[in-house]
Formats: sequence, structure tokens, C-alpha cells
Amino acid sequence: MDIEKRLLAGDKRAAARLISLLENKDQEALAILKRLYPKSGNAYVIGITGPPGAGKSTLTDKLTKALRKEGKTVGIIAVDPTSPFTGGAILGDRVRMNELSTDPGVFIRSMGARGHLGGISEATASAIKVLDIYGLDYIFVETVGVGQSEVDIVKNCDTTLMVMVPGLGDDIQAIKAGVMEIGDVFAVNKSDRDGAKRTAREIDMMLDYNKDALWRPPVKMVVASENQGVDELIKALHEHRDFMKSSDNFIKRRAQNAKNEVVELIKERIERTILDQSKREERLEHAAERIAKREIDPFSVVDDVVGKMNL
Amino acid sequence: MDKLIRVLVAKPGLDGHDRGAKVIARALRDAGMEVIYTGLRQTPEQIVSAAIQEDVDCVALSILSGAHNTLLPKVVELLEAENASDILVIGGGVIPTDDIPFLKEKGVKEIFTPGTPTQTTIDFIKANVAQ
Repeated sequence: MDIEKRLLAGDKRAAARLISLLENKDQEALAILKRLYPKSGNAYVIGITGPPGAGKSTLTDKLTKALRKEGKTVGIIAVDPTSPFTGGAILGDRVRMNELSTDPGVFIRSMGARGHLGGISEATASAIKVLDIYGLDYIFVETVGVGQSEVDIVKNCDTTLMVMVPGLGDDIQAIKAGVMEIGDVFAVNKSDRDGAKRTAREIDMMLDYNKDALWRPPVKMVVASENQGVDELIKALHEHRDFMKSSDNFIKRRAQNAKNEVVELIKERIERTILDQSKREERLEHAAERIAKREIDPFSVVDDVVGKMNL
Repeated sequence: MDKLIRVLVAKPGLDGHDRGAKVIARALRDAGMEVIYTGLRQTPEQIVSAAIQEDVDCVALSILSGAHNTLLPKVVELLEAENASDILVIGGGVIPTDDIPFLKEKGVKEIFTPGTPTQTTIDFIKANVAQ
């Protein structure tokens, strides 16, 4: 049976293979996704992001178990960094999710970021669609550990959970632009540690600046490793989902995400077309040498390369 | 884009020592592979389930407990039951030479014992994964 029918019949291996094919930009796999696109859109997608070591994987494990108790099926896409030198990666998020690996209602997929810098990989959006079509109720997307500006996750999910931990800096960190702006729900993990209350208070103060916002993100204290506060956190995530679905926010956000996705795909395609061509002609190497010797400037090279593309 | 080789590095059974598995994971990473590492004390069922969901090309099993004659063939068996016998299964760790023919007969494609240069393992995986 072909992979498309197997996916629709709920075959795990078909879903897994289709994700790999999409990661490798296989054209047939893309054609399948085009055909099946109308069948996607049913899963509720929750992004989980935060700094490295904040406990995103452990928390994902606990949140998944809580949703399984509600009878929901769950997909997990866990992204880890790819080596900029070899293209290799060690994907270690499953270490925290061992008890889930034989649960038939859970599908976990690890992905390397493969050179993408926004906290997820280029193929993450496609992987979400595959698991959505496969028929899971919820999809968690766990990002690479982020610093201050990796905000791509918000463009791919319905709710963003920001996982923070105590001790990462003072209140000025909390009011900086970037990742702190994208959380719909905040969790202060490892909240049995010193300084947790202060961290929560700083996030609260930051959130209170946005007086006009329709949704005030809640800040929840959790200890993921001890399963403390997880039920409260699930409740907060559900409340955000209900808020989204009770208004046109949901469709607005998905439309905004779709717009971002199309722009990203256009960028990707143009980038690949131009780079493939200039690499093939060794024009780039040659030009780079001349730029380094100051015989020519980089701006003129771009004019030249792009000018010949007839864009 | 070239297809990246994906390898599941797993520790079946009850031993708490994963230095070797981590060294192998790191070497495969440096050889440009995507390594999924699942941690200690995995059952064959957990390993096979992860291998299917992760769509790996190779399962590399590290075992030091002495239970290799039971656990390694079990992984091969369960993969077959999932129609996934195209996934390459290899083993490593403290495995007596006398046991190797039995394991190979059971479908473990190669056994790498202590002292094997990591490059040997890398070359074997590259040459033997289904393409």
C-alpha cells in the first residue's frame, strides 16, 4: 500500500517516513502533503519554548501524560540543534520521555534544526501537518533551547508556552524584546529553587505593562520533575485554547501563521534557486575571493547575481 | 539535499553505564549523522517503538550487562514484527567473541567490541544502511 493510504489508515511508520522525506525535500512527499492539506487543521498545536536546560522535555513529558489521562492523543515534535560544521546532531529529548515511547496514543519525533536559526527546523511546519493528518488531538512542538530572539515557534502554533527557570538574570531580562513577548502561558519550572517567586513576579510585572491586551498570560509555578503544578498548567493551556476558540482570534492567528508560512516558503525557494545557481557556476567562490581582496564590493556582486535571475 | 543518516543509539536492559554509547553517539554526530539518544534501561519494545517513530536507518545497541543473547535478538524480532527489518541493527559493548556468531545468525549485522576505532563503526553504518 502506498504511503498516503497508510498514513490515512493511521500507520505510524508511514507518518514517520513521510516526515523524513519532507525533511529531505522530496517532491513526491510534498505532492502528498498538498493533496492531504484539507485534512489537516484539526490538531491543537502548542509550542513549548525556553532556554536550554529549563526543563522543556521533562515538562512536555508530564503535560503529555496529563492529556493522555483526559483520553487525548498527543504528538511531540522535539527539535535539537544541528552541528554547523558537520550537519550531524544528537537528539536527546526522548531521554526525558521514555515512559511515553510505547504508548500507542503518543507519537514522538526528534528533529535536527538543520541550519535553521529560529528554534525549529525548516521542515517542522511540515512535520506538524503530517502528525495532524495522522489524527492526533494535540501536538507539542518543543523548540531548541532558545536565547533571546528565536521566535519562529509562535508562527507555527496556536498556543505558546514559555518555560522559564529562576536565576537567569534580573528584571531587565524580562522586559527585553524577543522571546519574552511570545508566551501565551508562562511556566516557572524548578520553582522549588531559590528565586523562583522573584522570577515569577518579574514576569508578572512585565506582563502587566500590556494593559490593553485581551489575554493576560498566566504565570504558573511548576516543578516538572516532581509533577507539581502540572494540572494547573494544563488548565491554563486549556483556558488559552478556550479564549482563542471563543473569538475570531483562533482563525486570525492561523491566518497570520499561514501568511508567515507562505512568505517563508517563498524566501526558501528564492534563496535555494539563487544559491544553487551561483554555487553551480562557482561564481560565488570566485566573487568571494575578489571581495576579500577589495577588488569588488559585496553589494555589486548581489546586484550581479540577482540581476541575472530575471526575478 | 543529501539524505541524512539517522541512527538510534540505545541501551537495552539493566546496566547503568553509558559512556560508550555517548562516545559512539558523539562520533556519529561528528560523521554528519543525526543521532537519537534515548538514555538508559530501555526495553526492546521501547527501542523498537522509538526506531519506528524516528524513522531511523540504523539501531545501534550498546550493552554491557551480559544479557545480549536475549535482548539483541529480541530487538531484531520486534522490528520484523513491525515490517521494519530494513533497519540495520548493530551491537557494541562487552560481548564475548563466542557469542558473536549466534547474534549475527539472529540478524544483528555486526558486533563492535571494546577497542574498535569509531571510524570502523561509522564506515560500517554508511556502507550498510538501506538507501
